[in-house]
Amino acid sequence: MGTEKIKAAYDNLQTEDVLKKAKELGLDNDTLVNMYRTMIKIRLFEEKADQLYALGKVHGTMHLSAGQEAVAVGAGFVTRDDDYLLNHHRGHGHFIASGADINKMMAEFLGKETGYCHGRGGSMHIADITANNLGANGIVGGGIELAAGVGLAVQMQKTDQLVLVLFGDGATNEGIFHESLNMSAIWDLPVIYLCENNHYGMSAEVARVSSKVPFKDRALAHGIPGYFIDGNDVLAVYEFMKNATEYTRTGKGPVFIEVETYRYFGHSKSDRNLYRSREEIEAWKKRGPILRFEKLLIDAKLINDVKVKEIYQDMGALIEKAVTFAENSPEPEIKDVMEWVYA
Amino acid sequence: MPEITYRGAIHDAMVEEMRRDKRVFLIGEDIGVYGGAFGVSQGMLAEFGPERIRETPISEQAIVGAAAGAAMVGMRPIAELMFMDFVLLAMEPLVNQAAKARYMFGGKAKVPMVIRMPSGSGTGAAAQHSQSLESILMHIPGIKVVAPSTPYDAKGLLISSIRDPNPVCFVEHKLLYKIKGEVPAEEYSIPLGVADIKHEGRDITVVTSGIMVQKSIAVARKLETEGISIEVIDPRTLRPLDTDAIARSVKKTGRLLVVHEAVKTGGWAGEVMASVSESPAFDYLDSPMRRLTGKDIPIPYNRNLEAAAVPQEEDIEREIRAILNNQY
Repeated sequence: MGTEKIKAAYDNLQTEDVLKKAKELGLDNDTLVNMYRTMIKIRLFEEKADQLYALGKVHGTMHLSAGQEAVAVGAGFVTRDDDYLLNHHRGHGHFIASGADINKMMAEFLGKETGYCHGRGGSMHIADITANNLGANGIVGGGIELAAGVGLAVQMQKTDQLVLVLFGDGATNEGIFHESLNMSAIWDLPVIYLCENNHYGMSAEVARVSSKVPFKDRALAHGIPGYFIDGNDVLAVYEFMKNATEYTRTGKGPVFIEVETYRYFGHSKSDRNLYRSREEIEAWKKRGPILRFEKLLIDAKLINDVKVKEIYQDMGALIEKAVTFAENSPEPEIKDVMEWVYA
Repeated sequence: MPEITYRGAIHDAMVEEMRRDKRVFLIGEDIGVYGGAFGVSQGMLAEFGPERIRETPISEQAIVGAAAGAAMVGMRPIAELMFMDFVLLAMEPLVNQAAKARYMFGGKAKVPMVIRMPSGSGTGAAAQHSQSLESILMHIPGIKVVAPSTPYDAKGLLISSIRDPNPVCFVEHKLLYKIKGEVPAEEYSIPLGVADIKHEGRDITVVTSGIMVQKSIAVARKLETEGISIEVIDPRTLRPLDTDAIARSVKKTGRLLVVHEAVKTGGWAGEVMASVSESPAFDYLDSPMRRLTGKDIPIPYNRNLEAAAVPQEEDIEREIRAILNNQY
């Protein structure tokens, strides 16, 4: 639990050692390929979302997570179906990794009645309450507000579920961040705080607006185990998440994991990338999470170029099907606009 | 029927619901050994233990956020805020999370929580511990706002609020905690959204809430001896507001005065008057509708200034006489 970032745990290892380590983590070859497939699914979903917006088919805004797929998959492959997920506004990837139906996601994105929220929420509020997916949140730190309470409920209900709350670097400067961490710490609540440090809160570069980095030091200040890891290494994310869930699920209290990653698209559609250079974006793309994992799997002979192509085609076809489903779905009825204000 | 205090009625409602339903728990500052800043939760720690009498750090945003989170996954929290003024620290989880979760997630979420909050002036607590902010809360779709004026209503309405599947703000006027009233020993509840006629009359309708109900009843009793007949309507629930009951009374009396402690501008008196303006009851009015409210100032500390900041019985009496004499 040092203050230095724990370097890409797997990058410096030989391929066979990586596979050995993956096996120790319980990841068989099929699962590794499935993780890769899910990362592609997320990437293609986000790229399609961007295209749909450009075609004028999207009413509102969106926050795309391309470049951050390793975080979503590394975490989503660890948590159980009955664990609670509190997502942030850049949350498409996390929903996909946790097994969400991309037809319903795409329909929600296009504001259709068949969407997860019947078109009431849009990209920023996708939720599937029945699957313990408690929603993406349009308020920075919104999920953090709810997390301690969900953890408290789990503790009082005496189950071994846990709460995964996702947020960006920007949320760590909201007051609720400290209130929530303090509350979870004093009550040993089963909450995993997963901070996606993608270097910018909208345009605000982390170091310029944060008194103390890495953010995991702020967790340490609250007596919570905190880690700072390479968020573009899907196996590293998986490993730290797995250890965290084992710790948290056995009633030892909250864990904080900060992952370093990078978003390729702008913050939202209003972003003209005035705060960062094209060179910087390109440099990050060169060490992007998908490329790195792909290289590993090819080196390990778990996939080859043909298989890669096939996966892209398969996932692309799923995304196209989702778009067709969404586009052919009905709009919500105006007469229902007053529904669901109260239970 | 036994007589108990308003404070005791709220205490009893919480205790009975916690005995009946394991999902109900109380969360807030100093609610354990201390018994709450106004003594409402006295003795509850001994019966229910620290898990269900969940004492928190001074973190209002986290308290209301935690209540909302717990409510979304099957618990029924009662959050106690020490003063209503502190709900301003918790507006984010209340307004952006609890109030909207059901709608923006397409009708699938439920947030059954109660936030209890002592309101109002009269204790010399000055500007940051004396506000009546119910109008702000009423403005938010997805929240219910309840404000009982008697021990009987406090118990019956709190039981309904705890059982309600929505976020409910439960406004308790501090000066009411000590008043006594008859409360049945057996279980009962009062539905939310139903007004009560606290004093029947023919000449003028006074719509009022909380401590002002007590003051208006006192004025009604006094003026009765002069043959002036005042109907005091207590909405009890400010959102949803029982506009039908208000319109019915106005049709009968032809006159309306709305009295509240909250400040005038943007206060809920305007909402009541607008609802009458929009209803057939408007045609029955014999004089302009009037409102008597807190002055548009922060609550001052000095005893005399504090009293002058909000309506007192003599103000209510003067205003009623003025309306009846067409002098405004």
